[in-house]
Formats: sequence, C-alpha cells, structure tokens
Amino acid sequence: MKVKASLSPLKQTQWYEYATRFLIGGAITVFAGLVAKKFGPTVGGLFLAFPAIFPASATLIEKHERQKKERAGKQPGHRGQDAAALDAAGAAMGSIGLIAFAILVWFALPRFPTWAALVGSAIAWFAVSISIWKFCDRL
Amino acid sequence: MKEILLRMVLGGTLVSAFALLGDIFKPKRFAGLFGAAPSVALATLALTAETEGKLYAAMEARSMIGGAIAFFVYSSCVCWLMFRYKCPALLVTLLLMPVWIVTAFGIWFAFLR
Repeated sequence: MKVKASLSPLKQTQWYEYATRFLIGGAITVFAGLVAKKFGPTVGGLFLAFPAIFPASATLIEKHERQKKERAGKQPGHRGQDAAALDAAGAAMGSIGLIAFAILVWFALPRFPTWAALVGSAIAWFAVSISIWKFCDRL
Repeated sequence: MKEILLRMVLGGTLVSAFALLGDIFKPKRFAGLFGAAPSVALATLALTAETEGKLYAAMEARSMIGGAIAFFVYSSCVCWLMFRYKCPALLVTLLLMPVWIVTAFGIWFAFLR
C-alpha cells in the first residue's frame, strides 16, 4: 500500500485536542523523571515506553473517521473503531522498533556522545518500524 | 522546578510533534507507527544524561526494553479487541492499561531489577 501525506486532517483537530496531547506528553515525561528519582532508574525506565497519549490518539482517530462518514451523508457504522484498530496495529509494529531503540540506546549511550546515541537510535526505530510495516503490508 | 518545567515543555513538544506526523500520514496502519515513537524517551534520556550522567540514562534505557515489550502486548490486545468486538476506543485503551502495567512490571521483576 502506498504511503500518502496530507495536511487536511490537521484542520479537523481542535486546539484543545493539540493542547491535551501536549499536556499528557509533558506530564508523562515529568512523571517518568519523578519515578526514576524516587524508585531508581530501573523502575523509571519502564515509563519511557508508557502508552500515555495512545488513548487520546485512538479516540481522536475514531471520532474523526466517524465525522468524515457523517459529513459525507453515510452511516459511520464501525468505521471509527476499525480506523482506531488499524492505528493500534501500526503502534504494535512501532513498538518493535521501540524495543530496538531501547537496546541501541542502552549500548550506545556509554560509548558515544549523547546526541549521536539518541539520534542514531531514533533513526533505527524508524528503520525497524518501517521494515516491519512493509513486511506486514506484503502479507 | 526548572527541571520539571523543562521536562514538561520538551516532552510535550516531542509527543505533539510525533502525534502530528501520525495525523498527516495514510494509511492508518502506517500512521500508527508514530503512536509508538520514542518521544518521551528522547526527552527524558537527553535530560537525564545531562543531569545524572550517561550510565544512569543507559540503565533507564535498559528498563525501557521491558516497557516497550509491554507496549507491544498492550497495543496488540487493543487492536484485537477493537477489530473483534468493535468497542469504543477510549473504553478499550483505558481498560487495557493494566495489561501494560502487569507486563512491564512482570518483566522488570523477572529480568531487570
């Protein structure tokens, strides 16, 4: 399946929905830091992969997909749930990339400059995620 | 206080940036990849390496492996339940949060502590 980019979905999103993502994202970053301070880095590290904004994103996708169908004068049926389920399938693939990211940072951070370890690992996350998506797309 | 504010702004910005990428791409399954982007990790690890040192940040990254495996289990369960039973997204994603918690802390207890 071909990947397409379009800016039009951004117009569907309300300002408070952007603000919600920003606040949840910021809050979980603060929370992960506080947990690490209180219980140590081995517990705090778990929360670096906490699906904090996942519920908000999935709900947004479901809502937008339903609204799109209604605007077109069609019954939305289960389109919203199906779109959110597909998003979750993508997140599952991305989380395999996230495992690769964590392993690479663990090895690279003590050996390389911080920026190089983080940027290199982020590129690896993207490469692994895309590879898995392409593989699953061919099935 | 300054560090908390910095974490809030950096974390919020990175999470929002990756979420925007998820919004603009199609198909949905591809866009979903960005839902598991290392946004919180990038913000936290960059600041932690600066304040606590690289070895401390590397220990956090080691534990993050457990969190990421839990994310995989959680999002797979969400996907399956939503396809199978067509439940509302908010209900499924929130009700399944214990799946992430149990998996992450189970891995931590068995291998990471």
